[in-house]
Amino acid sequence: MSSVAIRSEGLGKMYRLGTNAPYMMLREFLPQMLGGAVRRLRSGRQSGSKSNTFWALRDVSFDVNHGEVIGVIGRNGAGKSTLLKILSRITWPTEGRASIHGRVGSLLEVGTGFHPELTGRENIYLNGAIMGMRKAEIAAKFDEIVAFSEVEKFIDTAVKHYSSGMYVRLAFAIAAHLEPEILIIDEVLAVGDLAFQQKCLGKMSEVSRAGRTILFVSHNMAVVEKLCERAIVMDQGSVAFQGETNAAIHHYLNTMLAVRNADGHVFDLNESPNRQSNLGRLLQRIELYTDDDLPVLEGIRIGKGLKVKVFFDLPKPTRSFDMGLGFDDMFGQRIFTAHSLFEPDRPTGERVGPQVFVCDIPSFTLTPGMYNMRIWLDVNHREADLINQAARVVVLESDYYGTGKAPWNGALVLQHHWYVEQPKGETVIQR
Amino acid sequence: MPSDTLIQVQPDPIATTIVQPRKSFWDLGLGTLWEYRELLYFLVWRDIKVKYKQTALGVAWAVLQPLLATLVFSIFFGRLAKIPSDGIPYPVFVYVAMVPWQYFANALTESSNSLVASQNLIKKVYFPRLVIPLGSVVAGLVDFCFAFLVLIGMMFYYGIRPSASIFLFPVFLLLAVCTALGVGLWMSALNVQYRDVKYTLPFLAQFWMFATPVVYPSSLVPAKWRVWYGLNPMAGVVDGFRYALLGRTAHPGPMIYVSAFAVAVLLLGGLLYFRKMETTFADIV
Repeated sequence: MSSVAIRSEGLGKMYRLGTNAPYMMLREFLPQMLGGAVRRLRSGRQSGSKSNTFWALRDVSFDVNHGEVIGVIGRNGAGKSTLLKILSRITWPTEGRASIHGRVGSLLEVGTGFHPELTGRENIYLNGAIMGMRKAEIAAKFDEIVAFSEVEKFIDTAVKHYSSGMYVRLAFAIAAHLEPEILIIDEVLAVGDLAFQQKCLGKMSEVSRAGRTILFVSHNMAVVEKLCERAIVMDQGSVAFQGETNAAIHHYLNTMLAVRNADGHVFDLNESPNRQSNLGRLLQRIELYTDDDLPVLEGIRIGKGLKVKVFFDLPKPTRSFDMGLGFDDMFGQRIFTAHSLFEPDRPTGERVGPQVFVCDIPSFTLTPGMYNMRIWLDVNHREADLINQAARVVVLESDYYGTGKAPWNGALVLQHHWYVEQPKGETVIQR
Repeated sequence: MPSDTLIQVQPDPIATTIVQPRKSFWDLGLGTLWEYRELLYFLVWRDIKVKYKQTALGVAWAVLQPLLATLVFSIFFGRLAKIPSDGIPYPVFVYVAMVPWQYFANALTESSNSLVASQNLIKKVYFPRLVIPLGSVVAGLVDFCFAFLVLIGMMFYYGIRPSASIFLFPVFLLLAVCTALGVGLWMSALNVQYRDVKYTLPFLAQFWMFATPVVYPSSLVPAKWRVWYGLNPMAGVVDGFRYALLGRTAHPGPMIYVSAFAVAVLLLGGLLYFRKMETTFADIV
């Protein structure tokens, strides 16, 4: 028996642009077809200009052995989901091939195929069948699925009356009992409460201990680190790195850090997608400077001062406003919150129109890595405008302690000292 | 835990799947379809269950639709316009055609919209896409059965007894199912890319009904054209139903073979087109 579960050889997937609407109306298609024919005649049968195509995936090759748990990580749009879709046969590759040994269960999104009008019991059978289980198989595992999902009481209620938590639990329970040889998972752990997430993680490692293969796509580095032995880093549709998980995560974070441009210190907030505005789009721009008033381009070295200049607008004369700035690490963990409420000399008096508010952090002592900034503005003690991931700041290694040893671990870098104290009443042996 | 690590799962005869660009145009994928027959069963079961779950009249709709249409047609075409009905009481004459016609029209609408309606599934899970329109066509047969029961009652009422030709009935039913499936495959695949299909369906169904001898006998069509009339497979189906069930009309003649041929072409073409487009469904739906 070969020990390879999945062998991908030069997989590629091309999409056509131009026909950018997900589907076409006939009236768009007919002129296009006729126009295309005319153009083809003129330019001597040159069909499909190359600029209209886009490779979401190109030349992707890797092996996954039976029983391995592999993480797939990478930025949004790096091709992770396309890869999983091809491997789970939802979409076809344009080139290359993959051989898959064993039954594949995919968990691209739990609860697909649930029908709201049907009861939990009916949906278990329907969903199981959609996932490729036999009726007898579902019947045999029925009780186990119900017990795992913790919805016993409501099993004969239409799922449209379920809470979202119950819905997800039932869906995951079915998927978890599919028992495929190869399980493909995309970010499902983002759902459910913490206890249930723990349960899912438990089920996943149980599945992997039973010798099954798992391909796991996630943005959550902590979970990838915990579950996977190896990881594949995807970047711009190809495999940028594959190997041991820690090395892969390191590589991934480094490529993330590599994205920079000349105006890297300016973050225009007007186009920011992660925004919750209660009183309009007041926050406009963030600029990052060092304590020497130099723009923060590549990043800031540990311990240097960081000045965050926030440009915003006050449409009405306002006496009271406050601003908060949260720094989150790549795992989404809040590391530090700066808030103007902590400022003894807060600005007083009435203000209106464009404002610049500066947060000056004299010594920015976080460990090297990238940090997302969340910013929010309160006007008259009400949250007026909030933006998640408004800006990013990269902390670079530096010889903060003056010993040539760069700090790398943990979340914070704090000044500290070590010295030897003489234990009292004991003899110290000195040679 | 050493005991844990010693357990090695030897997955039983491992099925190997090859994922690669589709090579053969002629591969209909009927083998995989057979593997997924249980899914087909569940989809049909779901469609039927959901269809009547929140309706007050429930299954009565399956009977009311053709019955009311028959009533209207009997008054306007039978009584007022005095359209001939080959010596059969006009209500039975129309109803025996309405039963397969309603089945066809409903199956056509349902299957044409089926892929778009299941886009969540298509984008998330693998299974042979053929089961979706196929499921819609099969699910329609349940309504057909109820409407058919009423037909039997009507035949008793009017004292019409079928002749030996009733043994041909399954053939004509199969013809109706294949027509619905053939058109459904074309339409559902087209609908994925061109949402125009949705808007053309009501017109298509309406025109098609008048191109089919539902409210009039096909004997109204000039004899020399009648063979070509069979190119509309539903004409063959309706005439076949009348011939097989009422036992009074003559055998539809060569027209039925033309219909059978037309259905075969429609169905095979539909299958091939569907399979060709299947590779793009998840990307463009």
